[in-house]
Amino acid sequence: MKIISFLHLSVLAPIAAWSLATSASRVPPPAAVIHVVATTPDLAALAREIGGDAVEVKALAKATEDPHFVDAKPSHIVTLNRADVLIEGGADLEIGWLPPLLESARNDRIATGAPGRIVASQGIRMLDVPSTLDRARGDVHALGNPHFLIDPINVRTIAATIAEHFALVNPKSADLFRANLKKFDATLDVHLATWLKQMAPFKGAKIVTYHKDFVYLAERFNLEVVETLEAKPGIAPSPAHLAQVISTMKAQNARVILVQPYQNRKTAETVARQTDATVLDMAQQPGAIDGTGTYFQLMDYIVTLLSTALQEKK
Amino acid sequence: MDTPFRMVRATAAAAITLAGWSAPIAAQQVPDSSVRRTQRTLDSLATAMQALQARMDSLTRAGAQAAPPPTTAPQARASGSYMNMSFDGLGDMGWSSLRNVRSIERGDHDPKVRGFSIPNAEIALDGVIDPYFKGFSNIVLKLDENGETGIELEEMYFVTTSLPHNLQIKAGQFFTEFGRQNPQHPHAWSFVDQPLVLNRMFGAEGLRSQGARLSWLAPTPFYAEAMLTVANSAGGTTHSFRSEASSEIHGGVPIDRGVDGMRDLLIAPRLAASFDPTETQTVLVGVSGALGPNNSGPRANTRIAGADVYWKWKSARASQGFPFVSLQTEALVRTYDAALRTSVDDPGTALPGKTLRDKGVYAQLLWGIKPLLVVGLRGDVASGDEDAFAPPLRVDKYRVSPNVTWYPSEYSKLRLQYNYGKRPGLGVDHSVWVQYEFLLGAHSAHKF
Ligand SMILES: [Zn+2]
Repeated sequence: MKIISFLHLSVLAPIAAWSLATSASRVPPPAAVIHVVATTPDLAALAREIGGDAVEVKALAKATEDPHFVDAKPSHIVTLNRADVLIEGGADLEIGWLPPLLESARNDRIATGAPGRIVASQGIRMLDVPSTLDRARGDVHALGNPHFLIDPINVRTIAATIAEHFALVNPKSADLFRANLKKFDATLDVHLATWLKQMAPFKGAKIVTYHKDFVYLAERFNLEVVETLEAKPGIAPSPAHLAQVISTMKAQNARVILVQPYQNRKTAETVARQTDATVLDMAQQPGAIDGTGTYFQLMDYIVTLLSTALQEKK
Repeated sequence: MDTPFRMVRATAAAAITLAGWSAPIAAQQVPDSSVRRTQRTLDSLATAMQALQARMDSLTRAGAQAAPPPTTAPQARASGSYMNMSFDGLGDMGWSSLRNVRSIERGDHDPKVRGFSIPNAEIALDGVIDPYFKGFSNIVLKLDENGETGIELEEMYFVTTSLPHNLQIKAGQFFTEFGRQNPQHPHAWSFVDQPLVLNRMFGAEGLRSQGARLSWLAPTPFYAEAMLTVANSAGGTTHSFRSEASSEIHGGVPIDRGVDGMRDLLIAPRLAASFDPTETQTVLVGVSGALGPNNSGPRANTRIAGADVYWKWKSARASQGFPFVSLQTEALVRTYDAALRTSVDDPGTALPGKTLRDKGVYAQLLWGIKPLLVVGLRGDVASGDEDAFAPPLRVDKYRVSPNVTWYPSEYSKLRLQYNYGKRPGLGVDHSVWVQYEFLLGAHSAHKF
C-alpha cells in the first residue's frame, strides 16, 4: 500500500504540476534579441559582427582551449536548451562533445536542418580531405581539416550564411543583418588587401606548426608548412619525430614555429633552440591573446606577428 | 583537382601579364634598383587579386544558390550514412594473491581469473530514427572463465527529440539513471573494476531493466534535471529487487512474485544539479532513489538511496583535455525487507523476517598530468549490519586502488592497477591488473 501511494505522488503529481506550471508560461513572447550559441569563440565573434545589438552570443569552448576536446558540461545543456541559433564548425570538429549535449538540450529550434542550426563547414572548400580512412595516420578528420576560419575568404562565406539564418530566425531584423553583413564584407575587403600586401614578400616561406591547424592560412598567404611537431594529428610529438623535424627545418631553412595557447610551447622551444627558429604565440580564437577580441584584431595580430618574424628570419 | 583559389591565382597572373607587368611575383630576389617598382607592383597585385577574389566569390555564391559547389565535402559522416557503428574491445591481464579471483572481483566486467580475461566487447549502434526519435543499441559479447562466449543486449532504447516543455522520454532497455557510474559503460570507467558498493547494491552488471524514463530540464539559470524511471523489477540485472540472485542478500528461497500492479515495478527518481564555480571548475551533484518489490515475500520491498558528487577542474589552456583533476564520490544505503522464509542452504531452517541495512561509499581522484596520461586513486568501503546469515555480498570490505592509464591515442588505452583489498576475518588480498582497450569506428562522444 505504501508503494501505491508513493507511486501516485511520485509519478502523477509531478507530471501534473509540471504540465500546469509549464503550460502557463508556454508561449514565450517574440524575443527582441535572438540567443546565439557558437561552439567556438571565432564563430561567436562572427555572429556578433553580423547580429549586432539584435543578438546575444555565447561560445561553448574557451578561447584558450583545444576545440576538439571541450568538456560536455551540464551548463552547456542549459545554454543550448535556450538557444535560438546554434553555430557549429562542423566537419567533425565537435564530434567528441557536441552530440550528447544536443541530445540533452531537447531544443527543436537548433535541430539539424532547422533555420536555427548553422553548420559553418557547409559551403567551404575543405582541405586535407583524406581519400582513404586509416587511423594509422592519426586522428585524421574524415570530412577534411576543420580549422578553416583562419582563411578570411572562408569567413566571408560563413558570415553570409550566418546573416541568412539570422534573417530566417528573426525576419524583423533582417535588414539590420544584411546591413551588418555588407559592412563586414567591406571591412574584410580592406583588411584582406592589407594582409595580402603584408604577406606578399613571403610567398613560398616555410613554416612549422604544432598541429595541422594552419593549412588554410598557409594556402591563403602562399606559405609552405614543411613539418608539424605532432607526428600525426592527435599523436604526441616523439623524440624521433622531433629529430626529423629539426633536420627538415635545417635543410629547408624553416625558422618559424606556430604554437597555439593550448599546445606545448616547451616542445616548440626545444626545437627552436636547435634550429635558430622563433616560436610564435599564435591563436585561432579571438580573445585567446589579449587585444584580439574581434576577428579583425586577431587576423591583424597573426599577420603582423608572422610577417615580422619571417622578415627577421629571412 | 582545380580549385577556385588556384583558378583565381592563374587568372590574376594572366591579368598581370596582359597589363604588361613583367616583374616576378616572388619578391625574395628583387635587385635593389627595382625595389620601388616591385613594391608598387605588389600593391597593385594585391588589390587586383582581391578584386578578382571578390568577383570569384560572388560568382561562387551565385552558383551555390543554384547548386551546391561540387568541391564541398559531403556533410554526412564519411564512415556511415544513417547509423554510426563502433566496436570496443576491453581485455584484462594480471595476477592476484587470491586464487579464486571471482570472490573479490565480482563485477561482470572485472578481471575474472589469474591470467587473461576478455570481460567486455561491445558493438554500439546509434543514429537518428526520424524527426522525432533517436535510437541506440549496445550489444555486448563476453568470454567467461571457461572461454564460453555470452551475448547480451545490454542496451536498446529510443529517446524523443522534440517533446514540448523541456520533457524527454527514453524507453527500452537501458542502465537506470542512478548516481554517476551506474549509467556508464565499462569502457568509460576510470578503474578496471566496478566499485564495491555498486556491486553490492546493483549486482555484477549494474542496475538496468526494460522500462521508460521521463526527464525534465528545469527552467532554472543553472542546470537542474529531474528524472523518473519506471521499469520492470525482475530479471538478472535488478539485483536488490525481484532478481533470482537477490536470494544471496538474505539467504532465503525466493518466492514466485509476479506483477499485479504498479507497486510491483521498479521506480527510480533522480535529481541532478550542476554549477560552474569558476571558469575552470564544474560541480555536479545528484540524489537518486530506487524503490521496488523484492522476492523474499509477497509484500517485501527494497529501498535504495544514493548521493553523488562530481567535481572537475580543467586548465583553461587544456590540450586534448589535459591537465585536469577530478573527484567523484558516491554513497549508497539500502534497506531490504526480508520476509520470513526458508533458507536456500538448509531447507529445514526458517529465516526470521527482518530489515537488512547495507551501506557503502567510494571516492576516486583522477589527475590528468599531461596529455593522455592519468593517475588515479580510489577508496572503497562497503558494509552490512549484523545478521545470522552473512553471505559474501553483505560482509564488510575495504579496498584501495591506485592506477595509471596511458592513452596512446584517443582510440586505445593501457591501464595498470593495483588493488589492496581487506575482508575482515578473511584477510588481505593483493591484485595487479593490466587493462587494454581499443575502439574501432565512429568517434564516440562522452557525456560529462
Ligand atoms: Zn584538428
